[in-house]
Amino acid sequence: MPEDTFSAMRQSIIDGAPDTAFSLAQQALAAGIATLDAINRGYVPGMHEVGEQFARRQLFLPDMVASAEAMRAAMAVLDPELKKLGTEGPMSGVVVLGTTKGDIHEIGKMLVGTMLSANGFKVHDLGVDVSAETFAAKAQEVNADIVGVSALLTTTMRNQRGVVEALTGAGLRPHVKIMVGGAPVTRQWAEEIGADGYAKDAMSAVALSRSLMEQRAARVMGPA
Amino acid sequence: MRPKLEVLDQSLIERILDEAFQLINNPGVRIAPYVVELLRAAGADVRDGIAHIPAKLARSALQTVPRKFWLYDRRANPVVHYGGDRVHFDPGSSCLNILDPETQQARPAMASDLIRLVQVTERLPQFAAQSTAMVCNDVPPELGDWYRLLLVLWYSEKPVVTGAFSASSLHILLELLAIESGGRKALRNKPRAVFDVCPSPPLNWSEFASQNLVDLARAGVPAEIVSMPLAGATAPVTLAGSVVQHAAECISGITIHQLANPGAPIVWGGAPAIFDMRSGKTPMGAIETAMLDVACAQVGQYLGLPTHAYMVVGDGRVIDAQVEMESGISAVLGALAGINLISGAGMLDFLACHSIEKLVIDAEAIASAQRLIEGIEPRTESLALAAFAQAGLHGDFLKLKETRVLFRKEQHFPSAVIDRGFESDPAQVNGILNRARERVDELVMEYQRPEMLADREQAILQFAVAEAARAGLRTLPGISLLASADR
Repeated sequence: MPEDTFSAMRQSIIDGAPDTAFSLAQQALAAGIATLDAINRGYVPGMHEVGEQFARRQLFLPDMVASAEAMRAAMAVLDPELKKLGTEGPMSGVVVLGTTKGDIHEIGKMLVGTMLSANGFKVHDLGVDVSAETFAAKAQEVNADIVGVSALLTTTMRNQRGVVEALTGAGLRPHVKIMVGGAPVTRQWAEEIGADGYAKDAMSAVALSRSLMEQRAARVMGPA
Repeated sequence: MRPKLEVLDQSLIERILDEAFQLINNPGVRIAPYVVELLRAAGADVRDGIAHIPAKLARSALQTVPRKFWLYDRRANPVVHYGGDRVHFDPGSSCLNILDPETQQARPAMASDLIRLVQVTERLPQFAAQSTAMVCNDVPPELGDWYRLLLVLWYSEKPVVTGAFSASSLHILLELLAIESGGRKALRNKPRAVFDVCPSPPLNWSEFASQNLVDLARAGVPAEIVSMPLAGATAPVTLAGSVVQHAAECISGITIHQLANPGAPIVWGGAPAIFDMRSGKTPMGAIETAMLDVACAQVGQYLGLPTHAYMVVGDGRVIDAQVEMESGISAVLGALAGINLISGAGMLDFLACHSIEKLVIDAEAIASAQRLIEGIEPRTESLALAAFAQAGLHGDFLKLKETRVLFRKEQHFPSAVIDRGFESDPAQVNGILNRARERVDELVMEYQRPEMLADREQAILQFAVAEAARAGLRTLPGISLLASADR
């Protein structure tokens, strides 16, 4: 019986069906299925499948956004249960996201936030036209692992450098990784301004975030 | 008969406009504090940074927009005619990167690259106007916008499509133009440049864009709205829905602009695109993007306004068949649509990169498009009878006087960029990239810097040196101060 439920949960994510994902989560709790099992055996495999199908170009961005919405709907039911149990969810990391000062472009950053959330990251989206100081303050406040800075314009891209400087100035750089993205941004630019990584799109932002978390963990652990 | 492309019928245009007028009232248009009082005083309801513009107000603003105007070259000749269905082309603008002529790899553009592009554009009759095509990476970013204009004014006498990167720097660009034109009044009377101003989709006139609209209107220097709905991402997914948003952004921008100075010149323009649902990119070479361009322009033409679009662009990363197929199709469609100014030639990689080699190939596509819209004319009293009366069934048409008199009118002769079979040995035929490189070198060799009045040249230099010094720049990359002082 739980296997059928896990399969339905997985399918609700693949179908991008928030209502189904939500009610399946409620039913699972009522039936006494362990919350972490519902997440790890039901919904997360669905999200992995979506990622793979997207990479194979069998699913498209609107499908992916719908899947992320379904994931969010399920977690709205399951997160409070985890908290009640005093258990940590399978969180991948804490990310502060925003578009640089002077730039009001949202779409790329929104996709990155959606995909990071769907892949288990706790995302704090500061929105658009965000000052370097605000990035630094939020990173400090939420104890961020990663700060992601988006810029669409050639003219606002340079403000990404200011975010790196603000985080350095606030003494956060030893703990906080910085990734940058946006249409005019390149790997070379990321290196030039001292960011830790560049992602060309939302999917590679997820891969980059995972890799940055591994680097961070390795650093915290220190050499063996 | 001039061939013409239309993608909307009249009833659909009217539905588009009807919905656009509804949108600017509800949900309204996000605007900046700079224009709140202007709109309020005219009767718009402004709450929480959102203007609800009544259709009546917008319609009356549309009435005061000039139906036609010219951009002039340095010699005060009218060159770019905005209005009606005259078609002109200019290179794409504000690119950060260039395909290196030797390696064909993208790298940051420098002042010397922009100068080379300007020189090539100056020599190509296909381009009626220059654009401030590249941001020079060897110049501090804070003077990135006006420095491009300085170089274009220095090396060209054609009209210029430009734009400011901030509200404050607009005045530096305007001052450069005013000096070059012989004063603010001269600039207003015979504008050399048009300024692109971009709303942010959806329906957002940011502080910078709002202020540019108002300041350009008051300066009497033409503004060109570049509305950029991305169908499915920052605009409705349907092409028709995105055209509605484009219209709403243009109409609201025109309302702000005309309230600031009724009768100031402004262009119904844009760079719409579809949003690729696999890559998240905005393919400028997609056929649907071209359809959006044509549809948006058609709405502007229906209102009797001057039009602009961003076309002749391909999305591949290198000069290849894809890039040129996309650019060529786009050039032809834009010309058939009768869009007054079509920006974009030379650009590839989703507008992330410029290429001077591509620019000269695009120039050939543009020449073909320009020939196409000349159409087929009956140039002789009888169409063929008189020719046959002379040539008979021997068919020696090559010997006829009318052949010699008319072939230049009938046929366009492309440059050596286009392989017309002069080389009989296929093994010796240069590839298109090498042919384009040779063409670029040839055009640069032919180029001579146009004369500028000595006092204006000195005044521009003094102004530029002072502005550059404020940003800590002690030289003017791309401009030889010694050489100009000697002149």
